[in-house]
Order: sequence, then structure tokens, then C-alpha cells
Amino acid sequence: MNQRRLGIDPIACKAHGLCADELPEAITLDEWGYPILSTGPLPPKSVRRAKAAAAACPVLALRLTTVKSP
Amino acid sequence: MTSTEMRPDYGVDHWSAPPAHAIDRLLPNRPARTWRDHQQRWGPLEVNPSEMGHLAGALGASALVGRGGAGFPTGRKLASVAAAVDRFHRPAVVIANICEGDPTSAKDQVLAHHSPHLVIDGALAAAAAVGADRIVFAMHSHSPAHSAILSAIAERPGATCVLEVLAVPARYIASEATSLVRLINSGDARPAGKLRPIWESGVAGRPTLVDNAETLAQLGLIARFGPAWFAGVGLLAEPGTTLVTIGGAVRRPSVVEAPNGARMGDLLACADAPATGWALFGGLSGRWVLLDEIADIGYSAAELAAFGVSRGVSSITVLPPDGCLLAETARLLEFQANAGARQCGPCMFGLPAIAADMAALAAGERTALDRLRRRLPVINGRGGCGHPDGAVTLAASAIEALIQQQPGHLTQHLRAGVCTAPGPVIPLTRNEFPDAAARSSRSLNTGWNTTGTGER
Repeated sequence: MNQRRLGIDPIACKAHGLCADELPEAITLDEWGYPILSTGPLPPKSVRRAKAAAAACPVLALRLTTVKSP
Repeated sequence: MTSTEMRPDYGVDHWSAPPAHAIDRLLPNRPARTWRDHQQRWGPLEVNPSEMGHLAGALGASALVGRGGAGFPTGRKLASVAAAVDRFHRPAVVIANICEGDPTSAKDQVLAHHSPHLVIDGALAAAAAVGADRIVFAMHSHSPAHSAILSAIAERPGATCVLEVLAVPARYIASEATSLVRLINSGDARPAGKLRPIWESGVAGRPTLVDNAETLAQLGLIARFGPAWFAGVGLLAEPGTTLVTIGGAVRRPSVVEAPNGARMGDLLACADAPATGWALFGGLSGRWVLLDEIADIGYSAAELAAFGVSRGVSSITVLPPDGCLLAETARLLEFQANAGARQCGPCMFGLPAIAADMAALAAGERTALDRLRRRLPVINGRGGCGHPDGAVTLAASAIEALIQQQPGHLTQHLRAGVCTAPGPVIPLTRNEFPDAAARSSRSLNTGWNTTGTGER
């Protein structure tokens, strides 16, 4: 089964912080407003809102990647 | 490439026989700056792509890892670029990184000055191996390497590739691999991030190999003489030689070529360095080490790793006996914060914050220690390039050293806000680094001519 993971482009990210609003269980913000992503695969129940979080990013710095599990 | 006839049976089992005098590999006592000297010393290098197809395997067998700081296996890097060339049907670009951005390191400058053709050999061999038709020599203008490489390229007959020279701005972060690619593509010498790896899509969207000057020089010798020759010195797991810059509070600042695994005490003696006190290992993103504790270990990745240290840019910068690693670290972090490209959050806000924290700690502010402990793990691993991570490594190492080894000195700072240490010794610009002389490794005979038993 394929796993979904969050990824960020740290250079594109401008600390809008919308991603953490959409997906608080997997994204927190550091003291300067930049996202800290949870490590490991996303639980399936979070995937739909993770897509929303990626779409909400004004600079499209948040990505949802698919990792093929062995 | 050369006037010598091509030997059809040339392959992994058919390496050229090295000249008998080849003891000092990268830094000969008598520098080989001209093409004629170089050929007399090493003989011809044949870089036929079909022969160089073996090179990635030979590099793997030689366990060659990048000498620019990250230590990535060079054979694997070559294989990735070669695979991308096959997949995308586009020729690759090779970038020879001769910038040596870390101000504590002088080895690549000394190497390019002594043996410029060895670096070019390596670039040509790598280009043939990965299928590149273009080589870019990236250097800071006015650096010692610049003039040496320029004149070497000019007298190089019949190169099989387009050879170009790239002037890189004299900023620390400008010589990061993705910065170089971006500089060529758009004129902007800032890290480009790693979303699309440069080995797939780098210069002009082509697969791109970026290797450091020393890595290429070692690669050039392996392309000539093969892994068995390469392993004639050094350790079984880490064959060959390595360049080390020894500076700071030493009597003879030096760049030393030593067999991997050479005894630390012998290595330091080459620069008349003390055997006790603190030294920064691995440059601005390195760690503090108490020399007393490591005098008897070998200079190898594995033995240093046992002390939590990596070779980084392979520089050892020694503090004077009354030096203060807290004050030095605060100064280095300020440099790191100012040197950043300020594109990502950890660089724009994290580095200035921890630099201010370290300065506050040195000035006696007790709560600064808690802030550092909170901030360092948050910043680590989240930058657009490795620059913030290097600063975190340095800061964490300083804190650990102070608390575990120098609690009295830390207390003095917390009570008085100052200490009696003399001025800083870690160089922050190349001008601060005295002209490092290349030292013959003959004084390190212990590791030579053993065929890799792992013993010294």
C-alpha cells in the first residue's frame, strides 16, 4: 500500500501558516511561523485535509508525496 | 587526449603501472604546475568514455567519498549522473568546485596551486565516465587556485570537453552545489533547494555532477592506476590519502597529505601544533575536540565518528591554551548568520537567533542556554540547504564541550560576562589564514606502503 508524506520547499515557504490551520495534527509552527512537519507517513484519515493544506498554501511550498511501501 | 595509443584491453584489471616515485600523491615536494611536469610525473591519462565506464565501480572499490565536506560516496554520485544521462538522453555537465568556501580550509587552494592538472585530469575522467561534454571550473576570482587552474587549462592539449571557468562571488554560501548550478543558470549564487536533485536536472536542466577539487584529484589518480594502487596506503575500509588543513594557534600552519588513518599526534606534529587543548574539527560546521583525547586515534572517518566528529572540510583549527571556545563559537555563529542566503526560515530567523543566544551566553545571560537548547533541534534539518545544520552542529558541540569539559569556564562567563581569553584565532576570511605551506607526508611514514591491513 502506498504511503503519503508531507514535504516542504523551505526556500519557497514564506511562513503564511495556513497549512498548520488546516492540518494541526501533523503541522506545527516554529516561533517564527515556519511549519514543522511531523515525520513518518500520514495516517490515511489525514490525507484529505493534507491535500487541502497543500492547496491552501499561497506559494505552493507544501507538497504531498507518495512513497511506495516495500 | 594524449598521443599514446589506446589500449583496447584497458579496463578494471588493466590499470597503468604507476611511476615508482609516486609516494606523495596530491602534494609532491616539487609542485607539478605545468603540463610537462605533470606528464613527467604521472604519465598520460587516457579518457576514453568506453574505458571510463568502469570508473564508478573503481571509485566504489576505492571507497572514495567526497572531500568537500559532505562525504558522499563518489562512485554512487557518478553512477546516479550516468544513469540520468541514459534515462533523459541528455549529456551531463561536470562542475569542479574549487571554491573552498570554508575559511578554515586551505587544502584545495594548495592542491590547485601544486597540482592543477591532477584536478583537471579528474574532471576529464569524471566527464568521460558520466557522459558529459562540458566542464565548469568554479573558483573565486583572485584565489590562489584561480591563476593556477587558468594557466593549466590554457596549456592542456586537445581536451575532449568544453572547458569553462566560472567566477563565483566570494561568499560562503555561493559555493554550495545547488548555488553553483543556479549561478550558471540564472546568475543568482544562492542555494536552489533540493526538490529536483541536480544529478537529474542541474545546469541547463541537464544531469550535473558537482565534485570538490580534492575529490577530482583523487578520482584522476584512481582513473589512472586503479583501486589496488589507490589502496597501497591508508586503511582497508578507507584507502588512500587525504588532505588536512592545520591552522589556528600552531607554529607552522600547514596543508598535510596523510594516509587515511594516520595517527593524530603525528599529523598535528607536521604543523608544530600542541598535543593538548581545544581544536575545531571540520570547519565552520564542525565540532570542538579536546586534542588530549584523540592524540592516539587515527585520522579516519570511522575513528573520528567514535568521538562524534566528522571530517567535514578536513580542517583542524587549534585554539591557544588560554583560548575560549565560547567566544570563538559566538563569533563563528555571527559569521554563519551573516553568510546565509536568507531564503528559508531557519536561515533568515534561526541563525541570527542562535548567534544572538550564544553571544548572550558569553556575556553571562543564564537563560540563553535554555533558548539554545530549545532552538537548536527546531532549526536542525529544516533549511533550504545544509548551512543552518552546520551552525547547529557547531553550537551544540560548543554547549556540550562547555558543560562537560569546561563547567568552570562557563561559570566564569555567567558570573563575570567575560573571560580573559586572548582575541579569536579561527580565520573568517581567506586573508586571515596565513599562507599555508604544503607539508610533505614523508614524515607520516607509518601509514605508507602497508597494503591496507587496517593497522597503522
